[in-house]
Amino acid sequence: MENTIISLRNAVVEYDGQQILKSISLDIIDKQFVTLLGPSGCGKTTTLRIIGGFAEMASGELFFNGVSIKNLPPHKRQVNTVFQKYALFPHLNIFENIAFGLRIQKLPEEEIRKRVGEMLELVNMPGYEKRSINSLSGGQQQRIAIARALVNRPKVLLLDEPLGALDLKLRKDMQIELKRMQQDLEITFIYVTHDQEEALTMSDTVVVMKDGMIQQIGTPQDIYNEPKNAFVADFIGESNIIDGIMRRDFLVEFAGKSFECVDKGFRTNEPVDVVVRPEDIKVVPQEEGAIVGVVENIVFKGVHYEITVDASGYKWIIQSTRSEEVGSVIGMNITPEDIHIMHKTEAIR
Amino acid sequence: MKASRALAIPYVVWVLIFTVVPLGLVVWFAMTDTDGKLTLDNIFAMSEYMSVLFRSILFAIVATIICLILAFPAAYIISRANKINQSTLIVLLMVPMWINFLLRTYAWMTLLEPNGLINKLFGIFGLGPYPLINNSGAVILGMVYNYLPFMILPLYSVMVKIDQSVVEAAQDLGSNKVRLVTKILLPLSMPGISTGIIAVFVPSVSTFIISRMLGGGTNDLIGDIIEMQFSGNSYNPHLGSAMALVLMIIVMFMMSLFNQFGSEEEVIL
Repeated sequence: MENTIISLRNAVVEYDGQQILKSISLDIIDKQFVTLLGPSGCGKTTTLRIIGGFAEMASGELFFNGVSIKNLPPHKRQVNTVFQKYALFPHLNIFENIAFGLRIQKLPEEEIRKRVGEMLELVNMPGYEKRSINSLSGGQQQRIAIARALVNRPKVLLLDEPLGALDLKLRKDMQIELKRMQQDLEITFIYVTHDQEEALTMSDTVVVMKDGMIQQIGTPQDIYNEPKNAFVADFIGESNIIDGIMRRDFLVEFAGKSFECVDKGFRTNEPVDVVVRPEDIKVVPQEEGAIVGVVENIVFKGVHYEITVDASGYKWIIQSTRSEEVGSVIGMNITPEDIHIMHKTEAIR
Repeated sequence: MKASRALAIPYVVWVLIFTVVPLGLVVWFAMTDTDGKLTLDNIFAMSEYMSVLFRSILFAIVATIICLILAFPAAYIISRANKINQSTLIVLLMVPMWINFLLRTYAWMTLLEPNGLINKLFGIFGLGPYPLINNSGAVILGMVYNYLPFMILPLYSVMVKIDQSVVEAAQDLGSNKVRLVTKILLPLSMPGISTGIIAVFVPSVSTFIISRMLGGGTNDLIGDIIEMQFSGNSYNPHLGSAMALVLMIIVMFMMSLFNQFGSEEEVIL
């Protein structure tokens, strides 16, 4: 059932003597929505360009349905790309932009007209055939770029931060639309973004990257609830990351107190990163709290308040539906399931 | 408003003295005889030189086409290089233009002569000497050599604005190299192509130094004939003016035809 459509093996990319990708291996499952997520310069776009055929690997292998396509030029690959800056052809109208790939395949005119029409329906822009590219808004240009790529019925669609230039409202709408298209057309999407919320919203699988290495691969739930290291925890949503010491299985010490937890398998007295999500901290009266601190700052965020609490030097971030007085002393409690313990290592391969 | 108009006065005066008045004089000379009487004889006398005029236009067209074929890939390669290499290549392209035009053409004479450098090189291998100079090929070579930068520069300035992702998008959608050029690069470079064609064709069609130095007197162009009417033995500024006028009208006609075609392309842009 779960077919691997694209497989990257030990991909190394160097540029000006610097390693952009440090031996990446990645399997993309057919018909999934896969997101490459990471800060700028993490190698996510480079990974996409390898698959599209626009970047060369210093070493490594790339398989498409089990066949090596490492040396195949871009125009012979069964993937299409939606570029960051749309990259529409300014000298062609909308119809000819979308029809570009079909004309190269030398399809009959009638077929081309039919498929371009279908695509314009799909991206909610019927009747725009004769319009010029310059008359479109950014969001519309993006839709045409998506239509131009999808009309060729690729096995895999590569999207390089396609929504980066759109405003928030439009971006949210397009996220839902892209997900709908991906499900309707049953095409594999490989989506590059630095927006963690976007990744969590749309993906079946999220690949978190940093410094040319993969940090974690998993479902959005996995990535959010069980981050593998402090970087992932910090990058995906907000986190409190505190130095701690693992005293023994199920017992961790941080903020000067011992806490029960659900993690085991660490060395005795191993220094660890303790990660606690802001929404998992419960505000209680001072005398009931495991940790006590002074409210330093409070910001209204709509659904909740974001409270900064200073507890003996460390600034905790708490999300609470109740407001607190700035300067007041409060207690904080964390249940064992909400304490995530991580090795103090950097990347994992 | 008035102040800004006042600033235009020096330019208007300049144009009047150095463009409008001389142009009027050319027209006046072309339409009169030595006694100052109006006549069309000078224009009709042109018919003697129709073959020269035809040859000039033909040579200029050939030189322009060769320039375009050479300049297009060169400009594209420069436009895709990194910033430092781009400026280096452009400077290298310009350096020969800083050397005197006559000197550059003399250099070609010493290269192409029967006992010039190239034939000497052939001689080492027991070949030649080949007739490299004093023929139409040498004249066209001179035109291409001297005016090639005028084709590369406008092409480069248009191509450098073509986003690399547009090139990649075309490849991504299945374009091989040929289609990339015909469907994307050529149409997007159209403004540079039309500028370059004018910049090469106009000086080529009216040149007289290149043909005199490399053509060996058997390949006179209309520029040579015009020059002779003003400074040669056959001094006749009336005929010379008529030739210049006819040439100018023909060039303007060709350019307007060409622009018609060019501007249609730009509408799609």
